[in-house]
Formats: sequence, structure tokens, C-alpha cells
Amino acid sequence: MELREGEFDDFPMTPIISISQLNKTYASGLAALRNINLDIHQGEIFALLGPNGAGKTTLISIVCGIVTPDSGSVRVGGQDIIRDYRAARAMIGLVPQELHTDMFETVWDTVRFSRGLFGLPGNPAHIERLLRELSLWNKRKLEIMTLSGGMKRRVMIAKALAHEPRVLFLDEPTAGVDVELRRDMWALVRQLRDTGVTIILTTHYIEEAEEMADRIGVIRSGELMLVKPKAELMKTLGKRQLTLHLLEPLEKIPGELSAWNLALSNDGSVLEYTFNAGQEQTRVPALLRCVHELGIEFKDLSTCQSSLEDIFVTLVSERS
Amino acid sequence: MMRRLQLNRHSMFAIYRFEMMRFRRTLWQSLVAPVITTVLYFVVFGAAIGPRMGEIDGVGYGAFIVPGLIMLSVFTESLNNAAFGIHMPKFTGTIYEILSAPISAFEVVLAYVGAAATKSVLIGLIILATANLFAPIHIQNPAAMVVYLMLVAVAFSLAGFIIGIWARGFEELQFIPMLIVMPLTFLGGVFYSIDILPGLWRTLSLFNPIVYLVSGYRWTFYGSGDVSIGISLAVLLAFLTISLGIVWWIFRTGYRLKS
Ligand SMILES: Nc1ncnc2c1ncn2[C@@H]1O[C@H](COP(=O)(O)OP(=O)(O)O)[C@@H](O)[C@H]1O
Ligand SMILES: [Mg+2]
Repeated sequence: MELREGEFDDFPMTPIISISQLNKTYASGLAALRNINLDIHQGEIFALLGPNGAGKTTLISIVCGIVTPDSGSVRVGGQDIIRDYRAARAMIGLVPQELHTDMFETVWDTVRFSRGLFGLPGNPAHIERLLRELSLWNKRKLEIMTLSGGMKRRVMIAKALAHEPRVLFLDEPTAGVDVELRRDMWALVRQLRDTGVTIILTTHYIEEAEEMADRIGVIRSGELMLVKPKAELMKTLGKRQLTLHLLEPLEKIPGELSAWNLALSNDGSVLEYTFNAGQEQTRVPALLRCVHELGIEFKDLSTCQSSLEDIFVTLVSERS
Repeated sequence: MMRRLQLNRHSMFAIYRFEMMRFRRTLWQSLVAPVITTVLYFVVFGAAIGPRMGEIDGVGYGAFIVPGLIMLSVFTESLNNAAFGIHMPKFTGTIYEILSAPISAFEVVLAYVGAAATKSVLIGLIILATANLFAPIHIQNPAAMVVYLMLVAVAFSLAGFIIGIWARGFEELQFIPMLIVMPLTFLGGVFYSIDILPGLWRTLSLFNPIVYLVSGYRWTFYGSGDVSIGISLAVLLAFLTISLGIVWWIFRTGYRLKS
């Protein structure tokens, strides 16, 4: 029997989404996805991380049936998204990147519409619960066009959850979203995950992926560059750097400081400490104390964290 | 096999209700406009011109124009409603939800076309009731009249659905109904029998499919038309089949729906 990657981690069951050898080239000739292979585990929060134009929305759109793939296959809950599209799509909820809403419908009607559209009989209690959770209950009789952008986004989330999907796609959920909605949204995402819903979100912010996801996939120019549990990815890629600009140049790094991963610039005036995000912050104060005790004085200090771009640069150089 | 024939009624009903609620919001315009237009046609054609026209095929002029007037409204209402119904989600972007729903192309068409056709049949019947106040009408074959009305409504709603998908903007949406269907209808024997036209014009008229559709509908009222009912029905069914074929092709290829 062939063992698949997923069977080695904490998620022994068959993947809820299985994408294999997926390709998409738009009519314009642009290759938006190149040979994507990806398994999403049941119940995880998966972040698809990549810059604008990487192909994140295209990938989601194919899984949801909005864009037609050129080749490859996708299964959702074991159902092929083309052959068994009814069963596959009934499991999926989608909150798209753009704010697409009706105008004259009321909040209640549009959410009820979504539930019906996805093949379920009416369930006012479920819709009420959703609207309350999303702070939309007292707006339920308003026409959507009278709502603010943030409220419209809440309506779109309610629509996506109206048919109690097992898989929820959030495409750039926090782009242009206020703090309150962002907080509510993360709370809801965690709560959904606790009830067994699988969540796939896209983002181009590392912090967001770091904050929310169990696993992270990095995509660029239509290629899935790697997929790793978050902690592992942060360890290898989430480099942080502390830079000390010294008052007096050093000849070499003193032996007392060998416990830290330090580098000295050629002229001896800049001392750099490189460490992994989330892992060793606590060692920074110790380093500074030690530097102080050694009588090394500095005129300035700065820290920086590797950006998404740096991560790509690292990935590309590692590959070649 | 049985499973495949099962329709997703909740999905279809959701779309149907959505469309019917859209009509209800504009109920006033939807129903009052055709009634007023009908009254105007009666004042102009029925009262002013009618007395000079005399009877056509043994029917008073006022009664003669009623089937054509109903067809005129049903053509334009079906086209416009179905076209608008599917074009709006494309325009606002909410089409993503329809495309990602567990609903077949056939069911989507059935729901949109069913809603548009329902509305235009209702409008047709309201025009009939209004006209009846001006020119008492005796319908020879009421069942055929209703079935024919529904078939025409469905055929033109299908065509409207195609226009709604094809159109890239609201001008294009208006283009075919205004520039093709309206003129053809006016020249299609709504206000006259094509028999009264001079030879060349009569021959040209026979290339206008609307002539056959109007004539067939008049047949269900008065038992006679410009052409035989068989030909009218053949034209109607051909129109239905072609529209269905195009809709099928649209969904198969994703034309202007999916990339
Ligand atoms: N409908 C389309 N037609 C042609 N090109 C498209 C279309 N949609 C997206 N693209 C292109 O495909 C690439 C990937 O887009 P997208 O999937 O939206 O990326 P992301 O969501 O990661 O920002 C981009 O270069 C984009 O311009
Ligand atoms: Mg995107």
C-alpha cells in the first residue's frame, strides 16, 4: 500500500480535500496554477500564503466550481468536484475576496436564499443563530445596500455558513477589515474548527498565517512551494534579527557571547544576532545583559523579522 | 438513473423565489405599465383607427388586435425579465454563489426561466382581462390559448436568458429586445393581417418568425390566422429547441460564465 504524506502526522484519516496535479492557464495565456498537489486534513485551519497574483483565488475558485481546471483532479470529502459536484459542493462554504452582494434583498432573505440554494430546507433557528453570532441580528430586516462594508462582509460570512458546510474557504478574509470584525472573525473561525469544520484561508500576511493556521502552504507564481505545520515553518523561515550598532568597533566576537548566534560586520561596528521567531525571544534580554556586563556599548539597536519576500528568497535559494 | 432525474428542488425554489421577490418589489411598474400600454393601444388603434378597419376574418378590429398585443408584451417581458435576472448576478458578482452551488445547469435555467415565464404569463392574462373591458372577447380554445401563451413565454425567457449571459453591459442587454424584437413584432401582424399587405411586403413578412407566432396565438382565440396553426406551432417549437440548444452549449462551455 502506498503511504501518503498525511498518514504520518497527527491526522491519520483521509484528507477532506485532495488536490492532485492541478493545472490552470487562463485564456490570456497566463499559467495561474502549475501542477498543484495538496491534501487538506479534516478539521485543520490551513493558510495559503502568497503574494498578490500567486494563484490563491484561482485555486479556491477551482475547488468551489467557479473556475474550470485544465487538468488534474480535486476531491472534497472523497467526492470528485466535477463528477460528483452536487455532493462535493454541498460540503463547501465560500467567502470570496471581493464584496459581492445583492442590493435590495434584506439580510435575512439573502442568507435564507443561500441555504436554499445549497439544497437545504429552511431552518430559521440556524439562521437566527448565525446572524446573532455575526452581530447582524438587529440588521436582519435591512436592505443589504444600506450596510457598511464591514457589515456586508459579515453578511457574506453568514451566507457561506448558511448551509452548515464542512469546509469553509475564506479568501483574504481580513483585507480591508476593521479590528473588531477581524477579532470576531477569528473567534468564529476557532469556534467552527472546534465543531470539526475545516478552514482554508488565504492571505499575504505572514502574521495572519502565523496567528491562525495549523499548517501553512506557500504559493508563488502558481507553484506550491512548500506545505508545513506552522511551528516547523516558523522555525525554518521565521528568522528575526537583532542589530546592535556599536559605539566602539570590536576586533572579534568575545568568547563569553558564543552561546548566541552572532555575526560581526567587517568593520567590527555592527553586531547581528539571528534567531527564530517565537522560539528564542527570551534570550534577547540575556544577550543584552551580557553585552552590558562586558562593557560593550551601543548607540542604536533595531530588530527585524523576515518578510514574505525574504521567505521566498530563502526558499528559492534553498531549491537551486 | 432515477437518482439522476431527481431535481434539487430547494435550490431551484430558492432562485425562483428570489426572482419572484424581485418582481414583487417592482410590482407596481410591472403590472401597471402593461395595463396602461394596452389601454393606450386601444384608444389609438381600437377607438381611432379600428372603426375604419372593419372586420378582419369576421372579428372586430378591437378584438383582432388583442392576441397580438398580448404577444407583444409577453415577448418583451420574457426577454427583459430573464435577461435581467441572470445578468444582474453577473454584474454584481453574486453569480459566484450560483456557480458554486450544488445545482445543475438545467436546474438553474429552469428556475430563472420559470420565474420570468411566470411573470410574463401573469402579465399576458392581465392584459387580456384589461382588453376584455374594451372589446368583449370570445376565446374559442381557452386551454390552447393558455398552453400557447406559456410556451411562448418559456421560449422567449430562454432567449432572454441567453441575452443576459451574452450581454457585457446594460446597453447590450437592451439591444436585441429593442432593436430586433420590437420592430419585428410591429411588422409581425399584430395590428393587421398580413393578407392586406401588397405582394412584396407580404412575401417579406413571411420571413419574419413573429408573424407565425402571432398568427398561431390568434388561432387559439378565433380559430383562424394568417398561416396555418401547424406552421405556427412548428416555428414556436423550433424557436424553443434552438434556444434550449444554445443554453445547453453555454453551460457546457462556460461561455461568459466561467474562466
Ligand atoms: N479571469 C481571469 N482571467 C485571466 N487572468 C486571471 C483571471 N483571474 C486571475 N487571473 C490572473 O491569474 C493570476 C493569479 O490570480 P489570483 O488567483 O487571483 O491570485 P491571488 O488570489 O493569489 O492574488 C494573476 O496573475 C491574475 O492576474
Ligand atoms: Mg486573490
